[in-house]
Parts: sequence; structure tokens; C-alpha cells
Amino acid sequence: MSTPMENIVLHVADVHKSFAGLHALSDIDLSVREGETHAIIGPNGAGKSTLLNVCIGRLAPDSGHVVFDGQNLTGRAPHEINQLGVVRVFQTPEIFPDLTLLENVMVPILAKRDGSFHLALFRRFSSEKAAREEAESILADLGLGPLRASLATSLSRGDKRRLELAMGLSQHPRLLLLDEPTAGMARHDTNATIDLLKKIKERGMTKVIIEHDMHVVFSLADRISVLAGGRIICQGTPEEVKNDPRVKEAYLGEEQV
Amino acid sequence: MSVTGRTPSALADWILMVLFAAAVLTMPWWLAPFGANYPDLMQKFAIYGVFAVGFNLLFGLTGYLSFGHAAFLGVGSYTAVWCFKLLTMNVLPALVASVVVAGIFAFLIGFVSLRRSGIYFSILTLAFAQMSYNLAYSVLTPITNGETGLQLSLSDPRVVDSALGVEVTRSLPSTTFFGIKMSGISGFYFCAVVLIIAFFVALRITRSPFGMMLKAIKSNQTRMKYTGFNTRPYLIWAFVISGMYAGLAGALLSITDPLAGAERMQWTASGEVVLMTILGGVGTMIGPVLGAALIKYLENIFSAINTGELTRMLSWVPEGMQDFAVSTVGLFVGDGWHLTLGLMFMIVVVFLPGGIMEGVRRIARLFSRRKAGPVEPPRATNIATAGEGGA
Repeated sequence: MSTPMENIVLHVADVHKSFAGLHALSDIDLSVREGETHAIIGPNGAGKSTLLNVCIGRLAPDSGHVVFDGQNLTGRAPHEINQLGVVRVFQTPEIFPDLTLLENVMVPILAKRDGSFHLALFRRFSSEKAAREEAESILADLGLGPLRASLATSLSRGDKRRLELAMGLSQHPRLLLLDEPTAGMARHDTNATIDLLKKIKERGMTKVIIEHDMHVVFSLADRISVLAGGRIICQGTPEEVKNDPRVKEAYLGEEQV
Repeated sequence: MSVTGRTPSALADWILMVLFAAAVLTMPWWLAPFGANYPDLMQKFAIYGVFAVGFNLLFGLTGYLSFGHAAFLGVGSYTAVWCFKLLTMNVLPALVASVVVAGIFAFLIGFVSLRRSGIYFSILTLAFAQMSYNLAYSVLTPITNGETGLQLSLSDPRVVDSALGVEVTRSLPSTTFFGIKMSGISGFYFCAVVLIIAFFVALRITRSPFGMMLKAIKSNQTRMKYTGFNTRPYLIWAFVISGMYAGLAGALLSITDPLAGAERMQWTASGEVVLMTILGGVGTMIGPVLGAALIKYLENIFSAINTGELTRMLSWVPEGMQDFAVSTVGLFVGDGWHLTLGLMFMIVVVFLPGGIMEGVRRIARLFSRRKAGPVEPPRATNIATAGEGGA
């Protein structure tokens, strides 16, 4: 099914990771193509979050490596990986609780210029204004516009998730890693988020999504990898995965899709 | 176009700046009823105000608690006195040199200390400051004149002054700012202007993108790294800038009294600026200045009371109780004034963790609530409808 012509953006090659003897990931081999939405599903404890953490440099793999756009990510500092265009949206909202929503989005927007270090001691209104306007429009897109002046800590859990998404999108990543983007959202908001993620897809952003909600997975994913017990047991289009007996046994059987 | 609630507008900042400058410059008048309007004390308010404002740039913005800032204060003092000895009695070169040398020291200490955060960072800074103190006290006696302290002498070269043909006096010369003597009330005004400039720069730094990044680091440093920020240079710069402020304050101490001793670097001095900042309100603009002034004011009052005065003050206490009362209260005044400070600090931290500024805010809120009644917080709109507009 994979044509060699297609451009592989992210290549996870032969990654192993174990914690105190427990094999969290073994023999992981995963390729994500440019522009596709790749879903990673699997039961709890299958190693999905560990895999994302290896990709963004939060965890170092025991062996193997992660290559993004021809560059080895293994061993790089988290901020360098981000600067290359790999951005992660966290499952438990990792926001700046003491900053306003507007500042929460302005900080990631300014990361391209200021990330490595930029001593902007005095306000330069021109550059700041552009960042401010962009942040305002992103917040408005996600329905957080009216709250832009409030502190992020005052948000409800669902709104924190939306803010987290806004922060990720504001960086115009080349590869967006989403860890259960709709967990904790009401059905209505889940659908709205799906629409939003579809819109991003039209803009050609490559996405890797970890998700429990099969409704979300099957409405968004171009390809699916199924993780179970730290191994990829099946990879393919949603149709192929749905009909794979191993998957049914490991995962879908319990969920009734 | 947009109101950014918590970030005050540029106009509000200018108003704050004007009010602050006015309040500082009119101190000789409005401090008169408190009996605190003499130059020596007001100089201290201004100098320790600079120290606390700079300390707050590190502690208030990044949350990194340094227990070693007195080291930079001391370095600034020594540098200034050496400038007076070697170059000129004009204070300007001394100010510049002190800030630069303190900045270099801060870079070296910060570079190592900032490898750790939290309590380990605090301990590292404390260790460095104590090392600096011991170096100044004994090891580096040729530079610091050890126990006696570094002071001016008639045999100092003062190459710039002698090249310019400044008349050599028979007594020790005094520090000047292009002819204006830096003692008495003119010394106070000089320190006041420096404080106003220092406050202005601190305000601009706090509102700048750099300040926003520092606040973000305090709020969630891990997230900052995954947002693409190399946080270390940010922290090092914050530490260096804050160290430069301490060096500036140290230079001002030498300018108003050209004598530098090692005790300025001791850990009690480092602790004092922490107390000033917390007492006034960490992370606020005005708080540290208020805290510094309050501590110096109370120190001035309480440490001056001796047993004789105390007996007079407590003469209303019944005869048999008087000795007991005097000896008990006596523990808290004079040399024991730190007990009073400790008590005050405890009360503030327990009841007003945000310091004096939190007290001010609470009172202000009390009044505004009475006027306006409860305000409905704004709510997020629905993404389904809001999403239509943009993207």
C-alpha cells in the first residue's frame, strides 16, 4: 500500500524503551507521510504516550532513533526539536497558568524569533503587535476570544485543552503531535474540534494523533497504527485496521465500533 | 483595540511612573511627620529600593530565589571605592564600573548556580555569597583591606583628578557629581534620581517580551522548553541584570559614604533583600521599594531605642512590673530589633502572603465591590460557531 514516491516526514526506526524491566516499546517502526493524519490507537498502557515522549525528546529511547525530515531527533534538547517544527499538544494541559490567554499564545508565536535567545528588553511595538494580532485571531478561532485577558488558571478543563491546542497551532508546526485532543470535552466540542483539525489538514499540516475515541479516529485518520503491549500489531488504512482480526482481538473487540 | 486585562496599558504605566517619581522626589516633605526626612535615612530608602527592585526582577519574574545577592552589592561597593582611590572622586565612572563588575560576577555565579533550580539554586547562591564574603574578609585583604574595610586615604593616586588639576586638599576629598557634593540632601537627590531611572528600566523590562518569557518560565518551565525556548540564557540574563542592580546599589552605598566592608556581603544582607521583597510584595513593581523603605525605617526606629529610653517609655507600667516589662520589650529593640523584624515577617507571610501590595489590593477590592457589585465573568463562546469566522 505504501508507494515509495511518498515523502516520509517522520520515521521512528527500531525504537526500544523499557522502564525497570518493563518493555514499554519494542521494535517500533513507524513512518508518517507528509500531509497525512496518522492515528495511533491501542488499549491503555500500550505505550502510546511513551512513543510521543520519545518523539519530542522528553524520553530518550534505549535504542533506535527518530528521524524527522532527514534529521535525527534522538539526543536533541526539547527546544531544538520544537524549533525544527515538531510540536506537541499535551493530554494534561501544559499551559502557563499565571499568564493571560493572550500571553499563553503569544509566547509560542514568539518562540521562532526568541526561542534560542533574544534579549528583547524593551517593547518593540511593531513585532509585538503582529504577534498579538495573530494570537487574538487564533484565540477567536478556538472560541476563546472573550477570555483572552483572563489568567489561564481560571479556565475550565475543556477550555484549557482548547488553549493547549491554540498554543500548538500558533507555531505553524510541520508536524503536530496530538495526545488525545478531545479527551475531557463534551460531544459537541469534540465535533467542533474534529472540524477544526480537518481544516488544518486542508492546509497540509502533518499530524500524529493519539486517541481513544474511535469516532474521532475514524473521522480524521488517513492511516492508523495499532499499538498493543509496546508493539505495533497492525498498520494501515482505517478500513484495513477495522477488518484486521488481530486488532479486533486486542482492542476493538471490547469497544464495539 | 483590545484591553489586556492583567497587563496594564502603556498609559497606566506612565501614570505609575510619574506618581512614583513624584513620591520619591518629594520624600523630604511627606516623610517629615514620620521624623524620617533626614538625608542619611532617605538615601538608604532609595539605595535599598534599587537593590530590592533588581532582586525582584529575578525572584518576582522567574521565581528563582537567590540567597546570595549581597555578594554583588559588596562587589559594587568595593569597585566604587577603588574608582575613587585610583581614578577620580566623580561618581559617574564609579557607578558604571560597579555595574559592569557586578554584572561579570553575576554571570560567573549565575552560570554555575542556574544549572539547578529550586532549593538547590538557592543553596548554591548562598554558598557563593559566603565564599565571596570570606574572600573579602580575609583572603583578598590586599584588595579589600579585610576587617577594617576599604577606605580612602590621602596617598591615593586619583590619576584622573590629578591630571585634571583638581586641588589636593589636606583632608580626605568627598565624592562629587561634577562639582555637586554627594553628602547631605544632594546625595539623597542623586540616589533618588538613580532609583527612579532604575525603576523605569525595571518596569520596561517587566512589560517587555523578555519579561513575558521570564514570567512564562516561572509559570511552567517544562512547557517553555517544549514550546521551543532555551530557558537557560534567559535565566542567566535575568540573573546578570539583577546582579547589576545590586552592584548599582552597592556603588550608591559607597558614593554616599566612601567605605566598603566585607559585612555588606554577609548572608544576613542577602536575607534582608529577600525579606524586603516578600514584605512589599513579590512580583509587584512598587512592593519591593515599599518593603525596603519599611524595613530601613523600622530598623532606624527600633535599633535606636536603648534601655534608658525604654524605661522612660514604659514609665506608665505599674512599679513592680516595670523591670519585667523593660527586660521583655528590650529583647525586641536595640540590637534585638531583628526579633521584631522576624515577628513582622511572620505575620505578613501568614496573613498577607502577597505582602503589603496584597493588603493594598484587598482594600481596593473591598471598595470597588461595594461600588459595583459582583461582576459576571466573561465566558468562552462555542467553538462550533466561533470557528466559522476565521482560519
